[in-house]
Amino acid sequence: MNRPATRPPNHEVSTQMTDSVSATDQAPQPVDANAPVDLPNRIDVRDLDIYYGDFKAVEGVSMTINPRSVTALIGPSGCGKSTFLRSLNRMHEVIKGAYVDGDVIINGRNLYGPGVDPVAVRRKVGMVFQRPNPFPTMSIADNVLAGKKLNSKRMSKTEASDLVEKSLQGANLWNEVKDRLDKPGSGLSGGQQQRLCIARAIAVEPDVLLMDEPCSALDPISTLAIEELMLELKDTYNIVIVTHNMQQAARVSDRTGFFNIAGTGEPGRLIEMDATEKMFSNPVQQETQDYVTGRFG
Amino acid sequence: MSIVETPLPDLDHDETTDGSMTSGSLAGAPMMGIFAGAVVLGALSWLPFGGVNWARWVIVTLLAYIIGTLIISRIVESPRQATDRFATAIMTSAFLLVLLPLVSVVWTVVERGANRFDWAFYTETMRGVIGEGGGGYHAIVGTLIVTSLTAVFAIPFGLFTAIYLVEYAHGSRFSKTVTGLVDVMTGIPSIVAGLFAYALFVLIDGPGHRSGLAGAVALTLLMTPVVIRTSEEMLRLVPNELREASYALGVPRWKTIVKVVLPTAIAGILTGIVLATARVIGETAPLLVTIGITADLNKNPLSGRMATLPVFSYNSYKFPTLPPEASIDRAWTAALTLVLIVMILSATARILSFILKPKGLR
Repeated sequence: MNRPATRPPNHEVSTQMTDSVSATDQAPQPVDANAPVDLPNRIDVRDLDIYYGDFKAVEGVSMTINPRSVTALIGPSGCGKSTFLRSLNRMHEVIKGAYVDGDVIINGRNLYGPGVDPVAVRRKVGMVFQRPNPFPTMSIADNVLAGKKLNSKRMSKTEASDLVEKSLQGANLWNEVKDRLDKPGSGLSGGQQQRLCIARAIAVEPDVLLMDEPCSALDPISTLAIEELMLELKDTYNIVIVTHNMQQAARVSDRTGFFNIAGTGEPGRLIEMDATEKMFSNPVQQETQDYVTGRFG
Repeated sequence: MSIVETPLPDLDHDETTDGSMTSGSLAGAPMMGIFAGAVVLGALSWLPFGGVNWARWVIVTLLAYIIGTLIISRIVESPRQATDRFATAIMTSAFLLVLLPLVSVVWTVVERGANRFDWAFYTETMRGVIGEGGGGYHAIVGTLIVTSLTAVFAIPFGLFTAIYLVEYAHGSRFSKTVTGLVDVMTGIPSIVAGLFAYALFVLIDGPGHRSGLAGAVALTLLMTPVVIRTSEEMLRLVPNELREASYALGVPRWKTIVKVVLPTAIAGILTGIVLATARVIGETAPLLVTIGITADLNKNPLSGRMATLPVFSYNSYKFPTLPPEASIDRAWTAALTLVLIVMILSATARILSFILKPKGLR
């Protein structure tokens, strides 16, 4: 998909969208934040059940994830939010016996339609993991280029170094590593490694960026760096983040979804989804209220 | 400016009371003393029998050292220290006992192999040699050819099986069967592998078949399970997060294995392969039945007998020509050569694993 070709017609709408989001920051306007935005890369999930073999991990999730925003998924451990996140780029299928029932539609295409190649899906929907996982055999530059190179794209030297610089700039890491691009990525600090992983993910130019607790292994300063990065990246990518840190969800996200389970062995469900301010101040469901105020979970 | 001096508590004043946190110590010189005493006691043990008995000396010394440490430490130090020193003494003794035969073997091989450790041994064959002279050149070439062939067969079989087991099988019933069979194969007596290969080639070529290829097939049966096992372990050590990171970039599985998993594990896999090679290079029995022995150089592994170092050594020792010393010296030098080759292989494995280990993990 060619991004520049599809963007211009929506340009006006998108400026309005950004405006309305920043307006939301001052005066809550939950109705605006919830309205499905007609922009490319919107994700529509319809009645999604996720199974691991006979075990139903997630049940009946329907939601719209608006582009150009950060969507946070919160909930207690084991409630299926990570599983749900991984189902958005078919990464949960890495576990044997995993399958879904339902639709995930991005840009009018069902990720689970017949004949859809999971590998192609993952090139459109990138992912950043809980623990920084740069490839230990590769240099910093090669880590950034990994997605392109491993997909056997032939690149000229200038193209490659341009992409490295662009991606590292995008991940706010360029200034820290520009003098040691040929050094191994595993020599960086944890926070730098995580930003390297983000650079690696955005180097393949995905439409959506999924983040599975990206800051839970990092110190507060590195966390701040990643959170600032998310706010910058949301202008370009549709970002979905799973987090256990409710302050983080409140700080970075525009909308928040709350997952919960009835008990062990029961499937996780989406309890409520709304504008982040509403979720943390005046949620509709009592369960959500209990969770965000720390009364359980 | 004055500093108010508070008297330091007298730390030693209650040394003898029950609440004491101090005790005597045997660290350093006293332990040396106990060991020296044990050595002397060991030396005294062979006096009544007249004459030096090394084995008795070593055993009595170690026993005296273990028991002496236990008793003296219990008296001077504390029961906990005594247990600690006792355990340390037992483990050190076990290590020394294991080291003993190793040092002895290396020493014997070097000492006896030195007699014919000359240029002629490495350049001449046994063709037309009766008595003194001659060498093991033909056996060295034979061993290198047979072992290389074995490696060429065993490495792909072993590596691909390991990749299948770790990356594709996901603990299916079939993979469990394969793992079980590999375990059984690891335990096959080498002579059985030799007889199997011989029987196989007799079926193809008729009775009395002898060739380097048959020997390589026998050794492949012994080497493949070792390669599978070590490669499997190494591949399992690659963190799943790296595979997931690669999948999440839209990299297909086969490419993830080739470009991410294998490079990460390559140091360990190569070390395993080299050590497996070192393991089969000294096999004698299977080569005796499949290749036999010859006095002449045969570079063609497809037909005819070939000399190999282990069989050459065995044959020279078992059926010496006159004078027997010449044959026996050649046997020891062949053994020494084999030990040297294994040492070179091990050193190569270490160097390779250092060079190829993922950067940043060194």
